[in-house]
Amino acid sequence: MISGIFHSSYEKDMALRRTHAQKIRLVILFLFLLAFPFIFRENRYYLTLANQVGIAIIGAIGLNILVGYTGQISLGQGGFMAVGAYTAGILTARLGMPWWASTIAACFATALVGVLFGIPSLRLKGLYLAIATLSAQVIILWIVTNWGAVTGGVEALVVPNPTLFGVRLNSDFNFYWVTWLLVLLVTIATVNLFRTHYGRAFIAIRDQDIAASVMGVDLFKYKLLAFAISSFLVGLAGALTAHYRSIVTWERFTVDVSVLYLAMIIIGGLGSVTGSFLGATFMTLLPALLTNLGRAARGTFPAIDSLLPFIQQGTFGLVIILFLIFEPEGLNKIWRNIKDYFRLWPFSY
Amino acid sequence: MLRGFTNTLNSSQLQAGETQLRVENIQLNFGGVAALMDINLAVRQSEILAIIGPNGAGKTSLLNCISGLYRPQRGRILFYNDKEHEVTRLKPHQIARLGIARSFQNIELFRHMSVLDNLLAGAHIHMRSNLFSSLIYWGTAQREHIRFRRFVEDIIDLLEIESIRNNTVGSLSYGLQKRVEMGRALAMQPSILLLDEPMAGMNSEEKEDMARFILDINEEHGVTIVLIEHDMGVVMDISDRIVVLNFGQKIGEGTPDEVRNNPLVVKAYLGEEKSPFKFGQSNNNNHGKE
Ligand SMILES: Nc1ncnc2c1ncn2[C@@H]1O[C@H](COP(=O)(O)OP(=O)(O)OP(=O)(O)O)[C@@H](O)[C@H]1O
Ligand SMILES: [Mg+2]
Repeated sequence: MISGIFHSSYEKDMALRRTHAQKIRLVILFLFLLAFPFIFRENRYYLTLANQVGIAIIGAIGLNILVGYTGQISLGQGGFMAVGAYTAGILTARLGMPWWASTIAACFATALVGVLFGIPSLRLKGLYLAIATLSAQVIILWIVTNWGAVTGGVEALVVPNPTLFGVRLNSDFNFYWVTWLLVLLVTIATVNLFRTHYGRAFIAIRDQDIAASVMGVDLFKYKLLAFAISSFLVGLAGALTAHYRSIVTWERFTVDVSVLYLAMIIIGGLGSVTGSFLGATFMTLLPALLTNLGRAARGTFPAIDSLLPFIQQGTFGLVIILFLIFEPEGLNKIWRNIKDYFRLWPFSY
Repeated sequence: MLRGFTNTLNSSQLQAGETQLRVENIQLNFGGVAALMDINLAVRQSEILAIIGPNGAGKTSLLNCISGLYRPQRGRILFYNDKEHEVTRLKPHQIARLGIARSFQNIELFRHMSVLDNLLAGAHIHMRSNLFSSLIYWGTAQREHIRFRRFVEDIIDLLEIESIRNNTVGSLSYGLQKRVEMGRALAMQPSILLLDEPMAGMNSEEKEDMARFILDINEEHGVTIVLIEHDMGVVMDISDRIVVLNFGQKIGEGTPDEVRNNPLVVKAYLGEEKSPFKFGQSNNNNHGKE
């Protein structure tokens, strides 16, 4: 018994030290995010990237709840984002709804559509479910491009600028606060979700669905709930792009987007909020970095110009493949290793 | 040892000895193969009922019918608490809500969760906080979490798994996983606990621990236990009654003594090189066989 007590207090001690370090890291991250827009106030490019990263994080957390935590694979991300973006855009552009109201409506509308396309998940698993959700992607885009009277069809839908107390919100600087405040809220809500029986039921379904049902988890209800919560957040990401860019076009929501987001959470780390952050950041910044490197190289090697797109695409693909081979658990695992290294640092030999 | 249980592990409202579960004329076929033929049996509140029989006799299939994973072609299964429930009409999660918990022959834990989270997941049916409260982790969600966190600590104590409570279950030894799986079922505060070979693959020391835990759960908390087990030493030792299946049919039922002397049962086991019942009634030095 004594050894038991010793052990548990030792573990508590470890947990405490872990949370201390964690708190310090979170504070540093928070301060950095607060300072960022002021430091780069004059650099619109960086602010744009930061906003794109924030929106991608919300979308990636949404997808990760469904795929990483609940184990229901989805190739419908692009379609669900389109539902969010078009709902928000249409309600504001055609009905004159304020941006925040159309954003909330878009979240609920996307949740509903997500639930609808989640129904096959009760019968289908793995690749079959992937195909079913891919059909969601195809059907949604087909409706968007063919229902021109409402969506604008293949033409762009122009959305009025969002304002708050007379201030235009979608300047890069102002929208930064909208985006990252929402990132904060979504993160807290997701972390909380997985502290309670809802989140545990999701993970239980992923790990062992038969045992979950025998423990009293209603598979149908909780799978659909996972689709609803996931799509709610994905719809939020879609609505944010609509209000940020003031323009909605179907090309931004193709199946490429579905694949890109899957890559984000796989590279970041399935079933992890930190992983969603890392993956979304990495996959948004990498193409930008490659573009910049390409521009720089063009000065030195003019011949590279025509090859540049191929090199960029190739590098992008290569990075993903290397990740899958060498660190299937993603950036989150690498991040954990770094943390462990520093925690043990003076004694790490 | 003294344990301060703040929670009961048993949610049944019946008196000991009352019929809790009744299996009536169950017929289960897989294609042309009959896995269960016209099975009848009753389980009484607070007893330990063992189900034995050679491999492929239909023991697991019977448990699967009770927990709703298999749907028998004929017959019905009735469960009694406040009133009569026909289990054969219900889905697995609805059956769980009645207080029927189980473990699996091949461990079916939530591999990537910690031991603690597995136990908390076992208490799923008792968690009532709504989604909004969970998302802000305030009010009922937080209170509930703290209450159940204390509750599973009782189970951790009972099963002596204090030192591994934060480990991921996938990393544990087979014996410990079996123990955690029983803990997860207990976290449901079950009325009846179905255990499918809880001691398979264990060494004799682990088996003795497990037998002790099962007796504790049964004696201290009055939880009814239905136990599938191949180790006759353990079965004869701890069960009140035994049901014997062979090729999907019930060939015997009774106290350990009655079963041991039932010629049909002895015959069914004759194919085995030794009679499984050769040892004396109170002799359990057979635990270490296998
Ligand atoms: N899902 C299934 N599909 C087809 N046949 C099955 C299925 N489950 C069980 N069976 C068959 O039913 C019969 C009974 O199997 P069951 O698993 O219930 O036996 P058991 O008594 O638990 O055996 P063991 O001691 O080996 O666990 C066997 O012939 C088995 O092949
Ligand atoms: Mg079996």
